[in-house]
Amino acid sequence: MKKCFALAGIAMMAMGMTFAQGAQEASMASSADANKLVLDGMAPSGDLEIFSWWAGDEGPALAAMVADYEGKNPDVNLINATVTGGSGVNAKAVLKTRMLNNDPPESFQVHAGQELIGTWVDSNRMYDLTPIFEDQGWMDAFPSDLIDLIGTDDGIWSVPVCVHKSNVAWYIPANLKKWGVTVPTTLDEFFMVADKLQAQGIIPLSMGQTWTATENWENVALATLGPDDYNNLWNGKLAWTDPKVVKIWENFGKLLMYTNKDSSSLSWQQATDMVVNGQAAFNWHGDWAAGYMMTTLGLEPGTGFGWANTPGTDGVFQFLSDSFGIPLGCKNLDAAISWVEECGSKSGQDAFNPLKGSIAARTDTDLSLYSAYSQSAAKDFANDVIVGSLAHGVVANEGFMNDFSSVIEQFMSSKDANQAAAACAEIAASNGMN
Amino acid sequence: MSRKNSKETLYSVLILLPSIILVAIFVYGFIGNTIYSSMTDWKGMSATPVKNFIGLDNYKSLFTSFMNKGFRQDLVNTVFYTVFLLAGTLIVGLLLAILLDRPIKHEGIYRTIFLYPMSLSFIVSGTVWRWLLAPSGGLNAIPTWFGKNQGTFQWISSKKQIWSFNWQNVLQVLSVLVALLFVVFLISAIASQDKKGIKKNIIVIAALLVFAFLIEPLFPAGLSDEEMHGFNLATLGILFAGTWQYSGYAMALYLAGLRGLSGSIKESAKLDGANEFVYYWKIAIPNLKPITMSAVVIMAHISLKMFDLIYAMAGTDNEFTGHPSVRMYTTTFRANKLALGSAMAVILFLFAAMFIIPYMVHSHKERVQ
Repeated sequence: MKKCFALAGIAMMAMGMTFAQGAQEASMASSADANKLVLDGMAPSGDLEIFSWWAGDEGPALAAMVADYEGKNPDVNLINATVTGGSGVNAKAVLKTRMLNNDPPESFQVHAGQELIGTWVDSNRMYDLTPIFEDQGWMDAFPSDLIDLIGTDDGIWSVPVCVHKSNVAWYIPANLKKWGVTVPTTLDEFFMVADKLQAQGIIPLSMGQTWTATENWENVALATLGPDDYNNLWNGKLAWTDPKVVKIWENFGKLLMYTNKDSSSLSWQQATDMVVNGQAAFNWHGDWAAGYMMTTLGLEPGTGFGWANTPGTDGVFQFLSDSFGIPLGCKNLDAAISWVEECGSKSGQDAFNPLKGSIAARTDTDLSLYSAYSQSAAKDFANDVIVGSLAHGVVANEGFMNDFSSVIEQFMSSKDANQAAAACAEIAASNGMN
Repeated sequence: MSRKNSKETLYSVLILLPSIILVAIFVYGFIGNTIYSSMTDWKGMSATPVKNFIGLDNYKSLFTSFMNKGFRQDLVNTVFYTVFLLAGTLIVGLLLAILLDRPIKHEGIYRTIFLYPMSLSFIVSGTVWRWLLAPSGGLNAIPTWFGKNQGTFQWISSKKQIWSFNWQNVLQVLSVLVALLFVVFLISAIASQDKKGIKKNIIVIAALLVFAFLIEPLFPAGLSDEEMHGFNLATLGILFAGTWQYSGYAMALYLAGLRGLSGSIKESAKLDGANEFVYYWKIAIPNLKPITMSAVVIMAHISLKMFDLIYAMAGTDNEFTGHPSVRMYTTTFRANKLALGSAMAVILFLFAAMFIIPYMVHSHKERVQ
């Protein structure tokens, strides 16, 4: 009987290894130089499958861009494959299983920056889109800070469609007046204002579940380090155990004392609601909150709700961007190229962004189409220093982001800055971040 | 062997062959592949993955490295999820079954009501319970109906932990727990005056205690720091929802069992002067042992499949309600650490085997008898 089990075990392992070998051989076909794109100017036709997580609220924006595309390319049969779930939580997993099975779509949505680079470029699965950027004149149309952050030394890997800003503090102007406080511009000022608010029984800062806490952490990091050192943190020039970095955790720990206790069970909308209801004074969140307050809650930008950079980050634009890239092995390359050309075009971006509530990644768009908030964000985007967001994949790869959310959860109960800094150093090393 | 017989054997082999081959490939082959992957350093989404064989390093890292501290808390959570889900559903289910076992009107309606939650998917019930257990609404608002202050317990987001122990002592804690289990067996052996059983149980308990307090302290420390794990109060909300959903199922199992007991047993018990309580405690429940056994196995494996419930109620990043299956998903499909994710899957697989293999051996023995 025992022998029988042992034999079965060995057979199982052997079969497992055979499968693994087979899979390796099958995929050896793609060679190292295959990611060079050659533009042949052929009119696209046939099927084009685009993969994204823009369903629900963002669906109409995508539909508008698709309509614009179909007007220009009548021969292409566009298949819109969307997988719902905010920030692509489900879509990314579906995409990974498809890619592992060598069944890629023609083009897929991805957060521009290290999330794309760490997962798909490092594994040599993407086309270098530099020829398209040069051909379309995008080197000048997009800000050069942006192109640096979404590319590597070897190429540019995706076309940014929309840009969001993550260092925005939201508030209700009338409420601040009632409570006798003004919008703080530095972290120290914020802590002073927060004491004053807490004395009146107001929660100074509303916070939602983990990923929104990560957003707030990156705001504090930017305020504590300034843009240069913030960038150095991600390119490896500043160590995670440096006292300056430990200081981020100390500030973040202090910030947590001014937040609501039930944060981990609130969605970001509920956290925004707390500000609108007057339970909390501020909410620091990405600027899709503007779309929520304008469209869903019907507030007037400027009077109904106000915004400012998060304390200590004036003159800096912390961005994140949704973009489209082309995977190696895509079946209809001509159609894929025409799609990413649409994504980067002025007409495509102006069709998409006003509906989504984001701003265009190009700096030459027609601002009259946009809301008052977006116009102000577009002005900042053209003039400010641009740095990347951690929570949305610009500055760190997915391995780091995943482990970082554990670190931040543990920090929320331990409040131990040195331990968190050491843990970050460890996860940075184990995820290959310089 | 006669000619006819060998022909029949051939037919049965031919008929079974397709399913044997399919199961061999799609079940055991894939399990084998996962075990193999878990012993490599496979990482990333490359089309030409590099998989170097590294033996048990992934497992070592899961159980000792600072980085995978969260996984160990998940394992502790799993034990509590399993124990409390089992206890909760079986006790509530049995009580409901006993209530319905009496001659009451509209029994069918009650049965449907109690069984109904089971027909919902965990995602649906999880979403509903997340709202009900929200810090400022649902259950916490009930006291306000009676003019009391709103409840403040954080069902899913509490960060409190009770019954903590240092992971460094996990072997000690485990052997004491197993010893306690054998104390229960010992008591039942004493009650039934099974001399052989008493002796056997005493030896096992003594061996476990010697290991826990004399041998284990001699082992070198596996961790550099103290690391506390225990029962997270945030899991209460999830347990609540799980028990609500599956009590009806346990009720259905028990009700079928109670109905299966012949009426004459109940009557003769009554003639002998047994009241309702004595009848159920001394006669019905012992007779339902096979049902309890299958209910335990079913509930235990449900507690290992709580992924969707936790995903819907607490999301993937709540460290306090974590479960190995959720972490396996994020490690594999979010962090792209496929080998480490495989190792977690194998550990989950062993957990499931721990419940299912004894059950299968037991039922096989019974069939042979």
